[in-house]
Amino acid sequence: MEEKTPSQKAEMISLYIMGKRYEVPEGSTIMGALEYAGYQLKRGCGCREGFCGACATVYRTTNDYKIKTGLACQTVVEPNMYLAQIPFFPANKALYDLNELEPSISTFQEIYPELFRCVSCNTCTKACPQDLEVMDYIQALIRGDIAQAADLSFDCIMCGLCAARCPAEIVQYNVAALARRLYGKYLSKRGEYLESRLKEIKEHKCDKEIEEFMHMERESIKKKYYARDIEKM
Amino acid sequence: MYPEYMQESLRLVEKTRPARLKKALSGEKVFTPMTDAERGEVLTKFHPDYQADARRKIRIGFNRGENITSEVADLLESHSRINPDDFDLSRVDYDTDVLIIGGGGGGAGAALLARENGARVIIATKLRIGDSNSMMSQGGIQASVNPNDSPAIHYLDALGGGHFDNKPDLLKALVLDAPLVIKWLEELGVMFDKDSDGNMVTMLGGGCSRKRMHSARDYTGAAIMRVLRDEVKNHPEDIQVIEFSPAIELLMDEGGQVAGAILYNLETEEYIIVRAKSTIIATGGFGRLHIKEFFTTNHYGATADGLVLGYKAGANLLYMDSVQYHPTGAVYPEQILGFLITEKVRTAGAQPVNKFGELFVFPLEPRDVESSSFIRECTERGKGITTPHTGRVGIWLDSPLIELINGEGAIQKQLPAMYRQYNRFDIDITKEPMLVFPTLHYQNGGLEINDQCETKIPNLYAAGEVSGGVHGRNRLMGNSVLDYNVFGRRAGIAAALNAKEVKLGKLTLKHIKRYEIELQKAGIHTDRISPMLLPNYTPPEVRARQLTAHYEGTLR
Repeated sequence: MEEKTPSQKAEMISLYIMGKRYEVPEGSTIMGALEYAGYQLKRGCGCREGFCGACATVYRTTNDYKIKTGLACQTVVEPNMYLAQIPFFPANKALYDLNELEPSISTFQEIYPELFRCVSCNTCTKACPQDLEVMDYIQALIRGDIAQAADLSFDCIMCGLCAARCPAEIVQYNVAALARRLYGKYLSKRGEYLESRLKEIKEHKCDKEIEEFMHMERESIKKKYYARDIEKM
Repeated sequence: MYPEYMQESLRLVEKTRPARLKKALSGEKVFTPMTDAERGEVLTKFHPDYQADARRKIRIGFNRGENITSEVADLLESHSRINPDDFDLSRVDYDTDVLIIGGGGGGAGAALLARENGARVIIATKLRIGDSNSMMSQGGIQASVNPNDSPAIHYLDALGGGHFDNKPDLLKALVLDAPLVIKWLEELGVMFDKDSDGNMVTMLGGGCSRKRMHSARDYTGAAIMRVLRDEVKNHPEDIQVIEFSPAIELLMDEGGQVAGAILYNLETEEYIIVRAKSTIIATGGFGRLHIKEFFTTNHYGATADGLVLGYKAGANLLYMDSVQYHPTGAVYPEQILGFLITEKVRTAGAQPVNKFGELFVFPLEPRDVESSSFIRECTERGKGITTPHTGRVGIWLDSPLIELINGEGAIQKQLPAMYRQYNRFDIDITKEPMLVFPTLHYQNGGLEINDQCETKIPNLYAAGEVSGGVHGRNRLMGNSVLDYNVFGRRAGIAAALNAKEVKLGKLTLKHIKRYEIELQKAGIHTDRISPMLLPNYTPPEVRARQLTAHYEGTLR
């Protein structure tokens, strides 16, 4: 089965995969073009829908010195594009026990000191295929604003393009992952409902009704199901 | 941008919108939900599972003679990649307590809990850790947490959605563990959507009678998987991750117990022997089999590898006759054909309407019912919209309603992934609807397990989409993210405890040999090899020129 490549009738365009020229259908994604050209992808291919960050790609177009970045599954090919995928990036990830960390700037000073080398060049933001304000969340962390960093980095798919381009050698996506975990664990407000339900379950207050359902005849449980009241949207 | 010829239909959608909005805001049901009889009718007439060739009898293995999904039967009636007679089992490369096959959410959760219970763990995964359908789930995770809800109501909703076929012990475990899982994830640092009191924002899902969908924008799966992956990576001394190395057969010992697996290094093409006291299959589902030639929402690696491994070792299948098609897959633009449009879009208020702008079904029926009614609208009733180039037919999912109901900015706040996805192709879903049609989404059935995730083969566990039973014959939204968390954790605990007791005998591949003989006896002559490992999307004319390519691991 063929996928993500438009019908055979489509116009063909030329592009260069790692310097070699191929003809591929216009309108393909880069991933579709790679497969159309005959590549069996192993690295550089994941969810194929823009959620996993496996297919980070760098490319350049004719008469432009600029290196551009994108996800192969989300970027449509252009004529005479020169492209290569980044199969793996040897980025630093700190090891830590979240239970022993404090949700404060000192944690970052200790485990990701390179964070403070940020030169505000904004290259990370330009490289982000999710259009996140990467530099802004790095700057927020430098100010100790974990909540803002967690919010701004929330849609990060950890493709690594920011880190690959960063002159200060910050691994933005791993730093942000820590910020979000600290926020989720320590800074986000806790409601009452979850705790009271957990208590009920622990005291086996929820078992009886379920066990009744488990032993009901099919027709009687069916009746019960179709008689449910559905909460308003 | 939608083509010119669709503009007339788009105007009709806009014309009917104020009346539909008024009804939605009034609080009454926007459309009457179907009765049992109506559900039955639309399913048998329009659900792809009921087409004549959708199922066939499998001829070998434990479920021999049972009707299962045809593409799965093909996959199971295939040869091994290796010849069991000349495979050298004397050199064991890795020895461990627990081997987990699959690096998605279920595998990661299992690893963390196995470690907590004192086990040394290896995760073997075909691609990278985290590369999985877990990462892609958008809409949410169910847990009965609100005061007007209970685990029992959750049980009833899931049971009716699954056509009353759900295995009771599994479903009980699912609904009772759900709040515990939310707590566990929150303690690990997952950021759920919350209100100003710190309570979780909850929404209705298809087939649910209470608001119990917890979300993290529309990156719920990613938010969870990123955290689980990060935590797995924090314990390299106890959890070793071997990437780009799918398992291609299980190992057994002479006592008939599972004893680990053979891995295949996709890059160096070496085969690696891992001996393990407990083995957990957590390989996910089968979307990349493109059942009935449907496009799929699934990850590149979703090729049902674990199903094949477990079946060859003697584990049995449950409900392998049932396939889930998600109602809302993209049909336009063609670059995103089949992509998942999260159910959260309907949860937040979007309505499915036909080319005349008419709402034709309750927007939150269980998925199989909703999908079947979309197919009816596009086929028998002829009220779908045809796409250019690909000639597919879809119906509108009227997303602008979301902002009219919830206020301006609601889409960017709650559905940033969806907004971003369409914006890449110049469609603003705050102003224009999305064009959708059902897409292959989920493996409802799988390897049968009990509530400790044990298969019927000693030392072999399964968790998540690869297993079957908990969802009956149709899963509800938000119960798969819950499933892999609940049963991933349970598998990790059970496998770790088991590893403390197990004594393994001499390794063998007799089960593979037996399977090959069974193929022969059943008169099955085929050059298919499984597990399939990777789908192949090379066009036929290019393949014809790849004269010496072996396509090993690709279903032929």
